[in-house]
Amino acid sequence: MKNRYSYAVVLSAVVLVCGLALISGRKVSAAGEGKITGTVKLDGVAPHMKGIDMSKDPYCVKAHATDPGHLETVVVGANGGLANVVLYLEGYNGPAVTSTTVPVFDQKNCMYTPHVLAMDVGETFKVTSSDQTTHNIHPLPNPMTGNIPWNQSQPPGANPVEKSWKAVEKIPVQCNIHPWMHGWFIVVKGPYATTDGNGNYTINNVPPGNYTVTAWQETYDVQSQKVTVAAGQSAKADFTYKAK
Amino acid sequence: MRTRLQTWSLLVGATAFLALPLASWAQLTEADFAPRLSIESHIGNVTGHAKDGKADYRRYCVGCHGTLGDGNGENAVWMQTPMYQQPRNFQLGIFKCRSTPTGTLPTDQDLFDSITRGFDRSNMPIWNTFTKQQRADLVAWVKHFSPRWVGEKPGEAIQIPPEPEVTADRIKAGRDVFARVQCWKCHGVVGQANGPSAATLTDDLGRQIAPFDFTDGSRPKCGDTDKDIYRIFMTGLDGTPMPSFADNIKPDEAWDLVFYLRTLMSQKSKEKDMAKQLGLKPVDPNAPAGQQ
Repeated sequence: MKNRYSYAVVLSAVVLVCGLALISGRKVSAAGEGKITGTVKLDGVAPHMKGIDMSKDPYCVKAHATDPGHLETVVVGANGGLANVVLYLEGYNGPAVTSTTVPVFDQKNCMYTPHVLAMDVGETFKVTSSDQTTHNIHPLPNPMTGNIPWNQSQPPGANPVEKSWKAVEKIPVQCNIHPWMHGWFIVVKGPYATTDGNGNYTINNVPPGNYTVTAWQETYDVQSQKVTVAAGQSAKADFTYKAK
Repeated sequence: MRTRLQTWSLLVGATAFLALPLASWAQLTEADFAPRLSIESHIGNVTGHAKDGKADYRRYCVGCHGTLGDGNGENAVWMQTPMYQQPRNFQLGIFKCRSTPTGTLPTDQDLFDSITRGFDRSNMPIWNTFTKQQRADLVAWVKHFSPRWVGEKPGEAIQIPPEPEVTADRIKAGRDVFARVQCWKCHGVVGQANGPSAATLTDDLGRQIAPFDFTDGSRPKCGDTDKDIYRIFMTGLDGTPMPSFADNIKPDEAWDLVFYLRTLMSQKSKEKDMAKQLGLKPVDPNAPAGQQ
């Protein structure tokens, strides 16, 4: 009996050590890379986000019974932090992003969640639907860039659609059935981040070097600044947009 | 110290220089397409050559589709209504009528069929008066306007199983598919193009567009055989709000839907007679899922 216990102890110890080795091994390989963090803010009074008339589809009206839907072209959180701003590195030509999580664009309560989905060129992303109404997911890239538009239906219970894009582009997405549904696929090259509800962001896995970080916001467009990322260090880049 | 004139001329010069590539992007000329003049098309055993399609294009097509294939021929300005669509812009390489999945290039045969068939409710006539060779050459010529045909292959045509026998059960099953995937959102519960989303539909270029009206005697733009109708909703009409349902309708169900759509059309059909006998009612948009 005792023998069995010691077996178990040894075995768990081995597993633990291996696991630790794996994790620390990862850390070692990532030590060379730095990151860029910061906050994006809106200076001034945020524009009024109009409510959405969803009466075309009773399902959508019901889904917003307690929380009415609003446009999301400028979303401001605590202390003027701007949400849905995509940050990326201008002219990046380092190694491709190796992300373990697949970017997901969900159709929920007849809105896009998130409103803006960033991704790397060639990175697979998923479009899902949590709704009990039919949507059609219809991105509108400029075919001249090499990104080709497509249009797929997602009735209730539909499987996710998995796709990727060939070229850097800011692609508007729409649902023709619910014309208020507008979102964005922001395809960039290399590491990227999207600000959270309070305007905070972190771009991970940035190889050391000098970069131009660009922030994109759907209403206020782009802003850039230069940063230097040192090995294993965190560089800071804050942005402020003037409210219009 | 630079004079004010020097500063200004520098500024203007720099702006003009920077704007140059932009201008050339917007204003393509025939020379831009010249490298693609060797593009071919293959229709059965007939090979079409782009350069041989030029003369017919200049004579018969240019008035609407334009010298540069951008759909801006001199007649195009008269074709801007939701029903009568503007001529196709071949430079984009996006086509409604395909046997291939959404987001892929059509096959040569698809383009050939479009020329042969023409488009109902549009200014595009039936061109079956051309010989097969002429049409094959025109297909190649149409292709040479878009760079997509250099780097990309056409999609793989979707598989269509043989058409089963129409039965009352299949028509009823088709009605369930119509309700489940919510065709009525745009096409309306009786197919009158008056669904709740019909009025706000726009095409990829932001122009107003009307859904197909099953009840007014029109023929579907991409053909009116049962197989054509099957293909339309399984591939979608790229460039328009009509999506592909390939991921959400199984091949067998797709035939059921074709039979049900026939019952909505004003043209006489055995499906229509059967639906009448069955006393089939339009779908109820307010019924909970699966309870029609």
